[in-house]
Amino acid sequence: MRVVIAEDSVLLREGLAGLLERFGHDVAAAVGDAPALVAAVAEQAPDIVIADVRMPPCFSDEGLRAVLELRAARPYLPVLVLSQYVEQTYAAELLDQAGAGGVGYLLKDRIGDVAQFAAAVTTVAGGGTVIDPEVVRQLLRGRGDPLARLTPREREVLSLVAEGRSNAAIARALFVSDAAVAKHIASILAKLDLPPDADDHRRVLAVLAYLRAAA
Amino acid sequence: MAAPILVPAVPPAALAPRTALDALAGPPGRFLTSAWPWRSLAFLLAGIVPAFAFATVLSSARAAGGVAGAITAVPAAALVASALLVPVAWFERWRLRLADRQPVRGPRGGRWPGWREAGHALVALIVLGWVDLLVAVVAIAGPAVLILSPVVQPISPEGEATLGETFVGTAAGLLLVPVAAYVISAWTGARAAMARAMLVPQEAETREIARSRARLVDAHEAERRRIERDLHDGAQQRLVALSMKLGLAGLDLPPGSPAALRIEEARELAGQALEELRELIRGVHPQVLADRGLPAAVRDVAGRSPVPVRVDIALDRRLPARVEAAAYYVVCETLANVAKHSGAKSCVVRGRLRRGMLVLEVADDGQGGADPGLGTGLTGLADRVAAVEGTLGVESPRGGPTKVRTEIPCAW
Repeated sequence: MRVVIAEDSVLLREGLAGLLERFGHDVAAAVGDAPALVAAVAEQAPDIVIADVRMPPCFSDEGLRAVLELRAARPYLPVLVLSQYVEQTYAAELLDQAGAGGVGYLLKDRIGDVAQFAAAVTTVAGGGTVIDPEVVRQLLRGRGDPLARLTPREREVLSLVAEGRSNAAIARALFVSDAAVAKHIASILAKLDLPPDADDHRRVLAVLAYLRAAA
Repeated sequence: MAAPILVPAVPPAALAPRTALDALAGPPGRFLTSAWPWRSLAFLLAGIVPAFAFATVLSSARAAGGVAGAITAVPAAALVASALLVPVAWFERWRLRLADRQPVRGPRGGRWPGWREAGHALVALIVLGWVDLLVAVVAIAGPAVLILSPVVQPISPEGEATLGETFVGTAAGLLLVPVAAYVISAWTGARAAMARAMLVPQEAETREIARSRARLVDAHEAERRRIERDLHDGAQQRLVALSMKLGLAGLDLPPGSPAALRIEEARELAGQALEELRELIRGVHPQVLADRGLPAAVRDVAGRSPVPVRVDIALDRRLPARVEAAAYYVVCETLANVAKHSGAKSCVVRGRLRRGMLVLEVADDGQGGADPGLGTGLTGLADRVAAVEGTLGVESPRGGPTKVRTEIPCAW
């Protein structure tokens, strides 16, 4: 898998490159600012972009803006956005664009759990959605409806869904059977007024429903 | 419905009086035993110096000039007065310090003091200096004569004034001493207020105060941004790199080995440090506020609140950074209070721009009874809002609900 990394801190940029290579990925380019990211994507046509939100020259949200711009031009480009802070506003901006390619939004803290981080990269590159549990927690906390209708267990399942985990992974995490997870998810979807459908995207829609409602 | 309580920006602490008028308004015991009556007397007596100098110079000029001097008296007076203006203006500034401890800024020394101040010096020279003297003399002479009445009382031919009566006069004179102190200080206070109004135009002074306060708030904000940037580029990145390296090291170890467990524990500690650092930085300078403005930042705070919060903020433009920071601070603190004390089930944050004024209201459905007098939370908020020229009103009757309404001007 060909990866383009955009991160202004040399320490992290090289660390990330080393980590991804360790998991067998090919780092096509590792750049330090937003214009270089746009240029590298045009040149390298990567399978996934991993970008920091905050980069030079203004150190505000250039990285996020560059990613949104890239996605507007290439809806199939998978992007994984990293940040020192996760805010639902940024998550909603990323997810609202709802291109066909995968989207990820994670705290930089998650990189430390290298195996899980590598799995998240693979999920996003494969078209999946990975949202930081912290964002999901913000969204699930204290919201009146329609979350009030979910049981604590269902909320837990939904937060794992929002992390982009498969039913099998959720079952493992919660020590329950696959069938139980499927039942929980069916119940969540029903409570969120998402009618049963063969389309697998309803899982993502469930998360999007919260993110959009919050923004 | 309880009336809104306006929280004073500065608690009316017992500050030492800074002018003769302030001292006058204080408790009589404290005023009479303070230095203020004496300072006031010194102020009035000092006023005679320039007036007397003027009169002396003028009369000696006339004496020397004889008849010709009498004819040219008016131009000569004008000449002497204008020559004396600069030193008199300087003297008046110096004298003001006796009656008013607040600093007086502006031109002084040998420079031309400006028309306002020159006019004030002229009036002091010709009229006010004499009036000062008159007030001082009358205020002192009255009680002094009465007190000394046993000595000075002329025994009338009819022998009406008995010794007893003269002692009544003494007693009355003693009683009049405090009155004299008040008269002297009152006239001094009025004169000092007049001088200050002429020397330091009020409007310029308040404008300067507002400006310096705005500069302070801006400097404070810049400092918070710098701290946030330093932590972000330094400690945070290093902790992420540390946690990443520990994670990679863990991959090289057999899973479940003691070394792998240690590494995993170390990584968790790094993670906790990152989390704590992130919470700290959020309070210092939230990135989303700088990037996306107040509505987005408030929504994110609302998302972290344990009490469900509805956010209804509609602004048609970005506000000045210091206004955004103050408003954000108010929302954070108020929502924290709602969660801690109100017992509310829900809460709403409304924000609108009305005639260049940000009107922000946080209302909950809790039990009320928030008292700005207890604890420093609400007073601290009011201070923070006052620093950007805003006001904070708290309405919190017992039994609820509580409304905190903030108004901050944005057009400056």
